[in-house]
This record gives sequence, structure tokens and C-alpha cells, in this order.
Amino acid sequence: MSQKQLPKEFYPLMEELQVVDFVLVELTLYLDTHPNDTAAIQQFNEAAYYRHQLVPQVEQYLGPLQQFGNSYSGYPWNWNEAPWPWQL
Amino acid sequence: MWVYEKKLQYPVKVGTCNPMLAKFLIEQYGGADGELSAALRYLNQRYSIPDEVIGLLTDIGTEEFAHLEMIATMVFKLTKDATADQMKEAGLGAHYANHDNALYYENAAGVPWTASYINAKGDPIADLYEDIAAEEKARATYQWIIDMSDDPDLNDGLKFLREREIVHSQRFREAVEILKEERDRQKIF
Ligand SMILES: [Fe+2]
Repeated sequence: MSQKQLPKEFYPLMEELQVVDFVLVELTLYLDTHPNDTAAIQQFNEAAYYRHQLVPQVEQYLGPLQQFGNSYSGYPWNWNEAPWPWQL
Repeated sequence: MWVYEKKLQYPVKVGTCNPMLAKFLIEQYGGADGELSAALRYLNQRYSIPDEVIGLLTDIGTEEFAHLEMIATMVFKLTKDATADQMKEAGLGAHYANHDNALYYENAAGVPWTASYINAKGDPIADLYEDIAAEEKARATYQWIIDMSDDPDLNDGLKFLREREIVHSQRFREAVEILKEERDRQKIF
């Protein structure tokens, strides 16, 4: 099973994405039961903005992070290129 | 609909090939209080629950699929290099005979996953109490597995998952309070 080796620059970026996504999932669940917390909503929107900046940097190494048009494809079609998350 | 993201929620590392730990971990994959049960339980309850908590059930149910993928990754990494002999020694001989090194939705004792693990009563308080209990049971299971594991890399991921159960339980408790307040308001007016 030969697969593309990701450069070492990829790993800190992926970790950064996992960090901001953790902030986002925590705020999401919190806001689901505290919908009027203005400060939390502001934090949520700031984290969402930061995520949008970060995703293209991760995809530069990994290829598309999502499917169904949420990410652009390279040539050739690079969605099904390994490594998949459990192979890293 | 759902959109898959090509990443794990939290990094999964394992120290060494260890099919014995994989056998225990399968409890959280296809066991009664495992991540598959959790995801399917919450997403299924959404259709009959009051609007105030549909978002919460959707988001926690979705996060459970991310946890399911983490468990699958742990099991995969713990068994991918295991020989038939190592699988047999770890108590996975019966699993190996049927599935080779493939993953299967079963519990630690090898019992296949069944829909009778999850409930949908249609009564919002009953459903949410079941969800709180499920989170507490999942948290306890993570603790028992951590107690038996001597793999610090694996335990790091398991501790993350254990903490998520605590947060989910807390959010479900708040959802119960929201519904009780709503019910009391309807009685007053
Ligand atoms: Fe959970």
C-alpha cells in the first residue's frame, strides 16, 4: 500500500485546524443550550472566520478536506488520494 | 445531509500493536453504550423532540460519528500488523475466523450490534434522560478501558473521548431544564 507522504509542514497546520475545530464544536454545543450569550456568539464567529483562513493552507498539502463542492479539486481528481485519516 | 471531512476530530496515536486492547475498545465501537449507538440514538430522536433541542441532538449525534471514526482508527492501528496467532492469543480468534483483521460492529464479547441498544420513547424528558444515562455509561466504559491500558499514546485519545462524554451529559442536562421551563411556562399562561 504505497501512499503519498505528506510533508512535515502539514502536521502543525492539521493540528491547528483540530484546535480551532475543537473551539467551534464546544461553542456550538454550548450555544445550542445558551442561545443568548452574545460573547460566545462573537467568539464563535471569530473562530469560524479563522477556520476559513486556515482550511486552504491545510488543503494545499492534503488536497480536498470535504466533498460535494465544499472543496475544489486538483488535477487529476485528488479526493480519493491516500492518506485517509486513519492511515496518518 | 452530511458532509464527510478528511480528518480526525483529535489525533489518534498508538504505542504498539496490541490486539488485546483492540478487543476491549470494540465495546465503544459496537457495544450498547458505544459511539455507534450514541450517534444513531440522538439523530433518530430528533424527529419527535421539541424544536428547542433538535439542534443539540443533531450536533452531538454528528460529533459521535467523529468519535466512532477515532475508535475505528484506534482499533485499526492496534490490529493492522497483528498475525493470526497474536489475534488468537488476544482472544480475537473467533473474530479472526469470521472477519480477518476487518472491523465489525460488535461489543468486547463479540456480540453484534443491535438496535435494541437504543430507545425512542417519544416522551422528550424520557428520551433526554436516556441520553444523559448513555453519556455517563460511555464515560464509565472509557474509564474502565483506560484503567486496563498501559499505552500512554492510546490513553491520550481515550481521555479526550471520556471528557467529551462529560460535556455531552452536561448539555443534555441543560436541555432537560430548557424543556421543563417551557412546560412550566405553558402551565402558567
Ligand atoms: Fe457522547
